[in-house]
Amino acid sequence: MSILEVNNIIKNFGQTEVLKDISFTLEKGEVLAIIGSSGSGKTTLLRCMNYLEIPDGGTINVNGISYFDANEQRSLSEKEIRLRRLHFGLVFQSFNLFPQYTVLQNLILAPRLLRKYELKTALKTFQITKNEYKEKKAALSQELEINARKLIAKVGLTEKADFYPCQLSGGQQQRAAIARALSLTPDILCFDEPTSALDPELTGEVLNVIKDLKSNDTTMIVVTHEMEFAKHVADKVIFMVNGVIEEEGTPKEVFETPKSPILQAFLGRTALK
Amino acid sequence: MSFLEVTLELLSGFSMTLAIFSLTLLLALPLGLLISFCTMSKFKPLRYTFKVIVWIVRGVPLMLFLFIVYYFPGFVLGSPIYGRFTATIIAFVVNYACYFSEIFRAGIEAIPQGQTEAGLVLGMTRIQIFTYVTLQQVIKRIIPPMGNEIITLVKDTALARVITVVEIIWRAEQLMSKAIIWPLFYTAVFYLAFVGALTLLFGYLEKKQGYYKI
Repeated sequence: MSILEVNNIIKNFGQTEVLKDISFTLEKGEVLAIIGSSGSGKTTLLRCMNYLEIPDGGTINVNGISYFDANEQRSLSEKEIRLRRLHFGLVFQSFNLFPQYTVLQNLILAPRLLRKYELKTALKTFQITKNEYKEKKAALSQELEINARKLIAKVGLTEKADFYPCQLSGGQQQRAAIARALSLTPDILCFDEPTSALDPELTGEVLNVIKDLKSNDTTMIVVTHEMEFAKHVADKVIFMVNGVIEEEGTPKEVFETPKSPILQAFLGRTALK
Repeated sequence: MSFLEVTLELLSGFSMTLAIFSLTLLLALPLGLLISFCTMSKFKPLRYTFKVIVWIVRGVPLMLFLFIVYYFPGFVLGSPIYGRFTATIIAFVVNYACYFSEIFRAGIEAIPQGQTEAGLVLGMTRIQIFTYVTLQQVIKRIIPPMGNEIITLVKDTALARVITVVEIIWRAEQLMSKAIIWPLFYTAVFYLAFVGALTLLFGYLEKKQGYYKI
């Protein structure tokens, strides 16, 4: 069973059709690269998967369970959307770290709130006793910190754990943002042009971190303009034009034997860069 | 009258000034935040109602507003329903809450949407995002304009004398009727000292929030 099935996703902004009938599947542990010119709908597609935009049509299934269904009669409550979102993580182009918190605090904030909420619910529904609740709550901070430090080490920022975002380079900030997105162990991690806001000499360190995650069996969707990266790291490449999938296949198929003339032109342009 | 006697006399007036100032601040800050939420609401009737309220309150001179709050209920109902001090506090709180609400709105709208989105994809609720992420950044941004407005409030308290609330300038004027005029000029020292202390406080707060950049 595929970890992700996207079927016939449609999204309009007013009169403009941004996504027209997008469908694809993704297997566990696969890396999908989405390429295409600006305005082709790549980012909107990622945002739809994170419930930052609500599609106007289509369905999305995660692990075979309905994640989004445009035909669903009732509208979802904020709480349901919040819980569903946890299947996905998202790394933004502009990092969006919380500036007033250190790297470590950035990683701990959301899991702490979530775990506290879960503990409280467990107590209310009598799944745990009051004593268990107190013990678990006391152990929580330490547990979260250990986990966060592990993730920080994974992205190579051990020395910077107690630094504020403004004290870090762009590449370090983006690596911290990746660690933060991992802190809730999402099933699928999405990257929205993770290196586009970086100086060219800093893109390498971020791409290497993403590459390392691949060997850890993380399922990923990467919207990118880095063709070399897509070619060497992705298992599957989707090329989008004006809200439709113009061509998809393995990196070999897409980059070496492109069928679509638009893709041929696109690759020719990016190769010249 | 000796210098000490005048000082004590003016100090008793200044305690009223401080009472109006601190009560107004205490109540107008949360009310202002609430009004800013209303003027940013997606629900149009609520948004426009509060935009009109803010327009009216900011459009009417505070002195006139004091008269209205104090005399209008008596004019309609036949008898006043609250005293001078209460009327002063109501007028000041409503007036300043409207000004504060615009500062809050500017501060909140200046926070990049990405901060909220980052919180959302991390499974945080909107209330959690506001409390743990946005609020502190809003505070950092609004310290300078807030400082300005709060310093204006210190001096606006002198307007309360139009409905005969006895604050420091009123005291000085009473002394003038005894043919001593210098206490009126002397009141400036009280204002200057207090505004000086506030300036230092805001400088300190700004510095304290200076450890990060937005």
